[in-house]
Amino acid sequence: MKPPVPYPLLIAGLAVFVVALAFLSMIVGPATAGTFELFDMMAHEKADVAWMIMREVRLPRTALALLVGMTLGLAGAALQGFLRNPLADPGIVGVSPAASLGAVLALYTGLSTAIPLALPLMGILGALLCALLLHGLARRGGVLTLVLAGVAVSSLCAALMSLALNLSPNPYAAAEIMFWLMGSVTDRSMDHLLLAGPLMALGWLILAASARSLDALSLGEEAAAGLGVNLARTRTLVITGTAISVGAGTAVTGGIGFIGLVVPHILRPLVGHTPSRLLLASALGGGALLLAADILVRVVMFGSELKLGVLTALIGAPFFLWLIFRARTELES
Amino acid sequence: MKLEGKGISVEIRERELVSGASLHLSGGELVGLIGPNGAGKSTLLRAMLGIRDTSAGEVLLDSKAFLSLPARERARYVAFLPQERRVEWRLPAYDIVMLGRYPHQATFGSASSEDRAAVNRALDAVDGHELRDRPVAVLSGGERTRILLARALAVEAPLLLVDEPTAALDPYHQLHVMEILRDRARSGAGVLAVMHDLALAERFMDRLIVMNSGSIVADGPPRSVLTPELLASVYRIAGSPPQRLA
Repeated sequence: MKPPVPYPLLIAGLAVFVVALAFLSMIVGPATAGTFELFDMMAHEKADVAWMIMREVRLPRTALALLVGMTLGLAGAALQGFLRNPLADPGIVGVSPAASLGAVLALYTGLSTAIPLALPLMGILGALLCALLLHGLARRGGVLTLVLAGVAVSSLCAALMSLALNLSPNPYAAAEIMFWLMGSVTDRSMDHLLLAGPLMALGWLILAASARSLDALSLGEEAAAGLGVNLARTRTLVITGTAISVGAGTAVTGGIGFIGLVVPHILRPLVGHTPSRLLLASALGGGALLLAADILVRVVMFGSELKLGVLTALIGAPFFLWLIFRARTELES
Repeated sequence: MKLEGKGISVEIRERELVSGASLHLSGGELVGLIGPNGAGKSTLLRAMLGIRDTSAGEVLLDSKAFLSLPARERARYVAFLPQERRVEWRLPAYDIVMLGRYPHQATFGSASSEDRAAVNRALDAVDGHELRDRPVAVLSGGERTRILLARALAVEAPLLLVDEPTAALDPYHQLHVMEILRDRARSGAGVLAVMHDLALAERFMDRLIVMNSGSIVADGPPRSVLTPELLASVYRIAGSPPQRLA
């Protein structure tokens, strides 16, 4: 099937959409510093305060929503291509749960208050350890081993996080862990951005290097190997790239679900089902979706601000159900 | 160009799937690799291609060590059509055939005019131009085999190894596929095909290699290979060779 829009046009359109949403994200805020208040401050003598809000609060928040959204979209597309399974997402190989566990341990042990940035660093460490484990387990096995190992790692991480909650010294500590797990880009500083940004970019480059092998894998592993695809190298690229980028992202924002699952799904027909072309499109789509979701949580108020991860799950899960409902004939064929 | 396997053995958990197999394939010939299920035909093919580890033996391409070449270079010399016919995603036939150009393209490169010309030649060869925009996932078995064969032809490698190209096809499509392979051999490529249909093998192949229990037991022109004694010992069937059935 031919893609309904030419690929360059699709990419350009998505890029314009992302830039527009990023701009919107810089100027839309909660009531105390809403759009009009911000412009009002700029027009009058309080321009300094307005710029400070923009630079210190909105910029890291916008940039993180964009980068993490791009990471989730890209990693989701790469994993779906590699595993040749439209239901794969960064959670399925255990990387995001492992990053969450690292961060939870930092919160639980109090390391996060003692050392600045201990929380994201522990998160990244968790993701990398998970990647090492997956490499060890999947070196001799195939795709199925990798997925099963991922499920096992996810379950173990979930169990250990429950243990941390169970043993947490007081309700406040437990609440802190719970809130962090919900996922958010609120109140993140430039330090978070500078720590996670370069790592995410590094992960993207590693994932991008696997792009053409993913196309060849559409023919199955044997035919791909016959075309000169190095399966072990491709697996290393996909696992490492996902661990570094999603690990770094999850470590600063907490768990944000469904972006990596839903975005590649929506965009796949638009790129003509080609796995390599889906990577960039999904990255832009993921960035746009997370920016939009983050703008929405600022505008819609239910007494307290809705957590970003809660919103993506609330919208993502029913949407995904609808996708499955619509595409079930195709999935079964 | 000549691909040569010398004393190839493949072991898995101390069970020998292929033991000391020696065979060769030269440009211009159409060779059938036959033998009962589990004889080790597909395993031998994979070992020759270097996508399966060997426990002994060597593979030579024009007397040079083939398996020590980089994977992509190997893929440019020897094209491979595996038995697996499943195609993931709803990729159109044209894009699937273009994947045959993978060994010729740079990691971040896009299709050159030479690549597009090769894809068109491959589609010509299988008579598949009217299928080019249709998703391979919805094609019939015969159409899908033609497109996947075009994918292997699009590599434009001097040698081609195909695993059961006529499996699950009706007689018309079986003949069509065999004619495509024969045309390929007549235009100078060396083609080695794993086959189960002895009548087709006898009719089309220049030479037959027979495998049984991991070893090569016969190699030669079809008429001298397909004897009643061989059918009895290898296939455990009593009967006359196919040329006398026809």
